[in-house]
Amino acid sequence: MKGNIAIAEAAVRAGVRLYAGYPITPSSEIMEYLSWRLPEVGGAFVQAESELAGINTVYGGSSCGVRVLTASSGPGISLKQEGISVLSDEELPALVINVVRYGNGLGTLFSSQCDYLRETRGGGNGDYRCIVLCPSSIQEAVDMVSTAYELGEKYRVVVVMMTEGALGQMMEPVTLPDFQEPKRNYWGFDGKYSYKKIGIFDRDSKKEAVELNKKYAEIKANEQRWEEEGIEDADYVFVAYGVPGRSTLGAIRELRAEGHKVGLIRPITAWPFPEKAFEHINKNVKGIITVEANATGQLVDDAALFTKKVLRADIPVYALPFVYGVPPIREIKAKFAQILAGEIKEVY
Amino acid sequence: MKVLVKPERCKECGLCDAFCPKKAISHADHTNLAGYHPIVIDDEKCIGCGICYTTCPDGVFHVLGK
Amino acid sequence: MAVERKVPAIIDNPMSFCPGCGHGIIIRLICECLEELGQNQNIIFPIGVSCSSNLGGGLVTDRLHCPHGRAGAVATGMKRVNPDNIIITYQGDGDAYNIGIAESINAAYRNENITVITVNNTNFGMTGGQMSVTTMEGQKTSTSTHGRDCSITGFPMRFPELVASQFHIAYAARGTVSSPAHINQLKGYIKNAIEAQMNKEGYSVVEVLSPCPINWNLTPIKAMERIDNELISYFPLGEFKQRSVKEA
Repeated sequence: MKGNIAIAEAAVRAGVRLYAGYPITPSSEIMEYLSWRLPEVGGAFVQAESELAGINTVYGGSSCGVRVLTASSGPGISLKQEGISVLSDEELPALVINVVRYGNGLGTLFSSQCDYLRETRGGGNGDYRCIVLCPSSIQEAVDMVSTAYELGEKYRVVVVMMTEGALGQMMEPVTLPDFQEPKRNYWGFDGKYSYKKIGIFDRDSKKEAVELNKKYAEIKANEQRWEEEGIEDADYVFVAYGVPGRSTLGAIRELRAEGHKVGLIRPITAWPFPEKAFEHINKNVKGIITVEANATGQLVDDAALFTKKVLRADIPVYALPFVYGVPPIREIKAKFAQILAGEIKEVY
Repeated sequence: MKVLVKPERCKECGLCDAFCPKKAISHADHTNLAGYHPIVIDDEKCIGCGICYTTCPDGVFHVLGK
Repeated sequence: MAVERKVPAIIDNPMSFCPGCGHGIIIRLICECLEELGQNQNIIFPIGVSCSSNLGGGLVTDRLHCPHGRAGAVATGMKRVNPDNIIITYQGDGDAYNIGIAESINAAYRNENITVITVNNTNFGMTGGQMSVTTMEGQKTSTSTHGRDCSITGFPMRFPELVASQFHIAYAARGTVSSPAHINQLKGYIKNAIEAQMNKEGYSVVEVLSPCPINWNLTPIKAMERIDNELISYFPLGEFKQRSVKEA
């Protein structure tokens, strides 16, 4: 199945009963599919007038306690930040899928990872975080949809699934999850004021902020997810997520076969960042290398932070920013050779 | 008495006084906690028509209806 | 002939509106209608950002503060998943017609089965009385200090007329709170709007000309007089789209 469509069907099976959004390449197949599929299962589909309206319609649906979804890509997700911030403030869960495409402003249609920093830092105004999931295959994405709602409802946070243009558009065999009975969360409005809330001017924002931060600390402690391979004895550890995480896995396996002691940490949660994975890295590691589909190197900030925190401050951290697309294995290997040759300098 | 009042809610806007057909509403010399001179109803003049209730933005009045 | 008149329990709270503000009357009327229609335990209010936000502390009902201007979209989401609840947006003119014009227009365009109450006080009250799209020509506000120049800022917008003439909606009206008679007329409009929603007829909107004594720099009485003398001639009262009675 095509990635976007498999994800959309997984959402239906996870009990999503409201989608609202606005078309944008490379995410549009999600809404196209749901436009006819959701009504089939008694759900609601709203083609909104803008991404702002889309996320705010989702906000209204989430306030009534149902599972809600919106999807978009870079510029559209920028517009949705208003609603994501408000959802976070009201502690209402939602799943937001960013099928990332490259570029500033209107950008391009190329598959990319250029929104890493935005998604992992909250994104909108204020002082909040979203759980950020970054699947590397369609199967992983499909399996992750239900998890996304469970996490969102457990912690009452927005969950962002950061896929990429490539993942949305490619086709792979996939096993779809079973159907779940749609649920109504206890905080949902029923018109009877069953769940009490206080007004915006009556809130104690300082106390709330401290409580919120405790929740984020709990998420950081409990919800780090990653995949690792060969990092215990590695001289060099790659860090890469999503589809580039897959090609990097291919690269380290080839490099291993060629005698290089290399490993991979593939974050599955970009926030919380899998800090704990760094505890498994060889203490004598010579360098950490991120592989990223952006130009400025964004993942490298987090990789360096936790390298210096968990391991040692003098371990060099390199970035291999491929701008957009999916970095081919041979290019990753070639860049690795350049690092060994001292031709690429560390970022941190 | 035809109308119960919650003087603590009165903001002295003067709408009820202006619209009262019997000019039965005046203001107390003292102030409420918010610093306003709350309304006082002259029960002799009041006919319980409910216009004060209708025009009051602050829920001061309860017209008893008897 | 005296009738009991009591503030409905769902709004029987002190609120921090300025003295003589119309908001308190308007929300009381809405709640009276809900009570009389048996919907006071079946109501969700998506609340706008502005003086409307004060309802967060006043209403004892399900209510949600919406981002500025987005109540039309939020209400859409609520109604689509809770079709049997009554959904009433409560917004100011700046919220619904300036920043929220896209959401307001599109909710009407889709004929969402929601009720929209907009409080038109011809300025952004909460932020200190800036010009809005409903500010009258020549009206002095903190961003039209010499009086609104409509040649460069546009003319005051008449939203109920716009959606009534252009879209397939259920009901559109404009009332005011400037006198007891007008308040009673307005209550009839609000009741019609809610009944339209109960009857699944589609989108209903009631705009209310409401005084803003503080930002208009008028006493509460003079502010009511301004509505009668200056606003109604430009913003006429009445029903612009009447309900078409459906067979039961």
